[in-house]
Amino acid sequence: MNLEIFWNQQIGFPILTLLIFLPVAGAVSLWMRKDLRGARIEALILSLVELALSLLLFPFFASGVSAMQFVEYVPWITPLGISYHLGIDGISLFLVILTALLTVLTLIYSWDRIREHLREYLICLLILEATMIGVFISLDLVLFFVFWEVMLIPMYFLIKIWGTGPDRDYAALKYVVYNLTGSVLMLVGFIILYLNYHDWAVQIRGLEPYSFNYQRLLHAPVSFEKQLWIFALVFLGFAVKGPVFPFHTWLPSAMLQGPIAVSVMLSGVKLGSYGLLRFNLPLTPEASQVAVPVMMALALIGLIYGAFIALSQPNLMTMMAYAGISHLGFVTVGLFALNQIGIEGALLQMINLGVAGAGMIFVVAFLLDRRGSFNMHDYGGLAKRAPLLATLSLIIVLASLALPGTNVFIGEFMILAGVFKVSALYAVIGVTAVILGAAYLLWMYERVMLGKIEKPEIAVMPDLNRREAVIAYTLVALILWIGLYPAPLLSRMEPSVRAVVDRLEKQELPLNPVVRIDPNNPHAYLLELLSHSETAPAVGVSEGSVK
Amino acid sequence: MVIGVDFVWLIPAFPLLAVLINGLVGHRLSERAVSVTAVGSVGLSFLVASATLVQVIADPAPAVTALFTWIPGGDLVVEFNALIDPLTAVMMMVITGVGFLIHAYSIGYMHGDSGYARYFTYLNLFTVSMLILVMGGNYLVMFIGWEGVGLCSYLLIGFWYERTSAIKAGTKAFVVNRIGDAGFLVGLFLIFARFGSLNYSDVFSRAGELSTATATAITLCLFIGAIGKSAQLPLYTWLPDAMEGPTPVSALIHAATMVTAGVYMVVRNHVLFDMAPLSLQTVAVIGAATALFSATIGLVQYDIKRVLAYSTVSQLGYMFLACGVGAYASAIFHLVTHAFFKALLFMSAGSVIHAMGGEQDMRKMGGLAKHLPKTATVFIIGAIAIAGIPPLAGFWSKDEILGAAFKHGAPVLWFMGLTAAAMTSFYMFRQVYMTFYGSARMDHDVEHHLHESPNVMIYPLIVLAALSLLGGLLLGFPPEEGWIHRFLGPVTGAQAVPAGRQEAHAIGAIDYILMGLSVAVALAGWMTARQIYLKKPETAGALASRFATAHSVLYNKYWVDELYDATVVEPSKGLGRVANRFDDRIIDGIVNAVGNLTQAGAALSTGFEKYMIYGLLNITGYANHIAAAILRKIQSGQVHHYAALLVIGIFILVNLYLWFFDNTTVALLLSRLSLNGGN
Repeated sequence: MNLEIFWNQQIGFPILTLLIFLPVAGAVSLWMRKDLRGARIEALILSLVELALSLLLFPFFASGVSAMQFVEYVPWITPLGISYHLGIDGISLFLVILTALLTVLTLIYSWDRIREHLREYLICLLILEATMIGVFISLDLVLFFVFWEVMLIPMYFLIKIWGTGPDRDYAALKYVVYNLTGSVLMLVGFIILYLNYHDWAVQIRGLEPYSFNYQRLLHAPVSFEKQLWIFALVFLGFAVKGPVFPFHTWLPSAMLQGPIAVSVMLSGVKLGSYGLLRFNLPLTPEASQVAVPVMMALALIGLIYGAFIALSQPNLMTMMAYAGISHLGFVTVGLFALNQIGIEGALLQMINLGVAGAGMIFVVAFLLDRRGSFNMHDYGGLAKRAPLLATLSLIIVLASLALPGTNVFIGEFMILAGVFKVSALYAVIGVTAVILGAAYLLWMYERVMLGKIEKPEIAVMPDLNRREAVIAYTLVALILWIGLYPAPLLSRMEPSVRAVVDRLEKQELPLNPVVRIDPNNPHAYLLELLSHSETAPAVGVSEGSVK
Repeated sequence: MVIGVDFVWLIPAFPLLAVLINGLVGHRLSERAVSVTAVGSVGLSFLVASATLVQVIADPAPAVTALFTWIPGGDLVVEFNALIDPLTAVMMMVITGVGFLIHAYSIGYMHGDSGYARYFTYLNLFTVSMLILVMGGNYLVMFIGWEGVGLCSYLLIGFWYERTSAIKAGTKAFVVNRIGDAGFLVGLFLIFARFGSLNYSDVFSRAGELSTATATAITLCLFIGAIGKSAQLPLYTWLPDAMEGPTPVSALIHAATMVTAGVYMVVRNHVLFDMAPLSLQTVAVIGAATALFSATIGLVQYDIKRVLAYSTVSQLGYMFLACGVGAYASAIFHLVTHAFFKALLFMSAGSVIHAMGGEQDMRKMGGLAKHLPKTATVFIIGAIAIAGIPPLAGFWSKDEILGAAFKHGAPVLWFMGLTAAAMTSFYMFRQVYMTFYGSARMDHDVEHHLHESPNVMIYPLIVLAALSLLGGLLLGFPPEEGWIHRFLGPVTGAQAVPAGRQEAHAIGAIDYILMGLSVAVALAGWMTARQIYLKKPETAGALASRFATAHSVLYNKYWVDELYDATVVEPSKGLGRVANRFDDRIIDGIVNAVGNLTQAGAALSTGFEKYMIYGLLNITGYANHIAAAILRKIQSGQVHHYAALLVIGIFILVNLYLWFFDNTTVALLLSRLSLNGGN
């Protein structure tokens, strides 16, 4: 059962639109601004309001149902079936909140770090936030694609203009080329899906012939051959964004050359895995099942490969990039376990790794600001000078290596337990990465934080200032909270994941009844839906088999 | 249970509270406030644990109490629960009781250290983790404790983080333990896959459903975890290095409690192990081999703590030997007595090191008995206890294990154990004589400063000495039917007795012969050590040079560390470097080649840039602001060239699709798309 619950049934204002357009409006108003100090404050306040808004979703969110919630629907380009269609479910809820949170933390971090083109920098960050949130809440494929592509623009400028590395031009270009290539392939996949829908819809009375509506597309049966095409093309798009091995080499260079803000967002917001979960698994369930061995192979190679490179890396930021690639392998492995616990673990892990991954980047950033170097051999003995930094970063390190009691452990355990049901071999390979993770992270910690202070620069290094402490404490609190009490997250994720799993297991279409949505009277739509009992066949859909 | 058992959560709650207090504001508190908080919290835990013990004695039926649902993960639902039964009660008594003494001793030992509050925070955190480990009512809660104690061990080994050797040892301990934990995790997945639950009660009650093969797989995986945590062959190498930590830490974590977690885990899971004869054999063989192997290394070490470390590894081997032959109660019995005398030995060694100003090399000691009479006395009591001389504690538990091994039909394992027992006695008394007797070999400066430790350190030693003296008799006499055996009976079942041997259960002639042999080898070891190190100290050097090769092999610990470095650590790093080059050369090589290809399209799209991008920006009217700053930079990259290439790409792909699926609607659609201006 997969209903849509409209915003006016849950909350008094179109909250999702607000979530997208508040940062955009903020960006416009910043553009007009003259004084820089005011711009900084305005951006921070805006992002805080945005975070508060996203947190508002949490109490109003109806747990226990897989429905899309806070839905907004306005026809946009009707002849082509394109609509402005937004909604949130258990899959996207926490990703939106996390994105808003990381934006706030990034702005706090950037407070006195960015001096050149400050206003443009803030604009880029806000636009980036708007597009990422847009990606998570779009239920129309074209709308999704627009956000997905527009996102590249602020990212490109961020890397290119505010990047710290000498090769930032190359890194920015590489980022765009990789991602454009991926997203074009994805678009082709979407178009095939769209055409397939059309072929099906024209045979059924009362359906609009064209639709990019995600909910609609879920109904159209897709032949196995087409599923393979769609799966492959869409996967490539998300694999690049992920990044999944071997499409990952843009990430280390973007993180190394780009500014900290970019690294935080790239390692904190898991757009690629979200895409796999939202589109690949439910839209092409059969192809997903066939693809499992390939997906597992890629994910596990990435998992081990990234860990081994991280093991040999003296450069902190590069190490974090490869650690991120390795961690993302875990998420992908969990997704393609294709069972409840694996997928739920993977979804939780997207949040967990967002928190822990961003935490690691901030730690590296704090180091960089103090010493101006990414080379871990330039450090040593920091614990003596900066006990708070050492303690908080230890907790973040421990989370990253999945110590029980921290959030990452829960996700990792769920993922591996899910994978184990598929194949013991995959799980055993995954477990070996647990060893490697401990090795590279602790060696890193040892070299940077522990030991005698031998460099004069370290001897005068300050501990965390108040802004930095706020960032670190926030992330540490999240790490421990989710690690010890993940129930509030898991209980909201479960129904939505269950809906995906049902689709995968029963291979039964449609996922939800097809009804016409009257944008002027959404209540009627809901009533109509509710009037059908859950077992009644969906309107207009009688032969729901896949082939 | 007479009363509810919910109050047991107080046991870890007190030290947890102390962790929060000392962790957050400890650096502002006085030493006195810190130590009162830390030691007092463990004392309170001990009182509650004692109350629990009384309750469990009254009603030994296992009781489960749940705090909250930890992971509601669809198929996997994990409660945060505790299982209270006799085994847990015994373990809690050891952890809080011996733990309390060690905490108290630390007040004196750590006095004046700049990390005083940090030390007690870690030590309390360790106590919390260890308690969770033994209290956990399912595998995952236990695993929190399991890794938590590993973390505290890491933190405390590297407590003096300015010492390179200390931090390296800490990292090594953590990583090696992780290898074991990986195996353990796989075991958990197997259990979860079979039973759909991780609760002990569910798993043990349904254990009969397992095939022998599955039971073997599960138990072997779990045992890999035990090998790491309890420092058995081949993952023992971290424990001797762990001696870099403060000595009370060695006593608490690396002797009395944490390293015995593996033994606890095996006993806890004995229902599963009993179903897998192969696993039991493995446990027994690895235990006996470790006992012997590390005893040989202990023979020739000079570092006062390292000798004890190898002795710990060796004694843990005995405990696993006991598990492997089904003598679970004996394993726990030895665990308890070992906690008494090994904590005693470590802390009196700490007292020696304290007096010697940090010196740990026994070659620079000698004749300390007259300077440190109390320390010497308690150390010798500990040595007699571990050597297995009646009626001290170690004799009863160790003899029982050897007897069980023999009677279980494993005379080879028995003989290995017996040989190790002779060596144990030898190296312990070698240590006694080198440290406390003979001629003083230290500098005059050091000798001048020798002083007995303060009372806060001596009193705990006296309590432990008393327990080492009498603990064995009180808990485990008569052998195999003592209090502890009866108390643990509901958990461990009757001591696994091979069929047809029931009638021999009463102590018979064979037991007396075995006992006599144990005592004989212990005395022989003692006398040999006395002969070599007290009577004729020059023979030690002569023997060493006569058997130079053997001595060198043992002294260098069989070069196992070097072997692991060469075969595992370095190749791993090498592999990482190779993978990195693969990224740089191959993958990026391809990417750049594709990139260069598109340069060809540059000329084509220059017009696009001119008219589209600049044009658009000019319309906005704000081009002045940004064009100067940003657009100049765009020109260096050819983003739009790629965009052009990609449009062509779309075109090709859509056509390809058309070619595959002859779809009439596509033509219509394409025309619409182009009308809309190319979305």
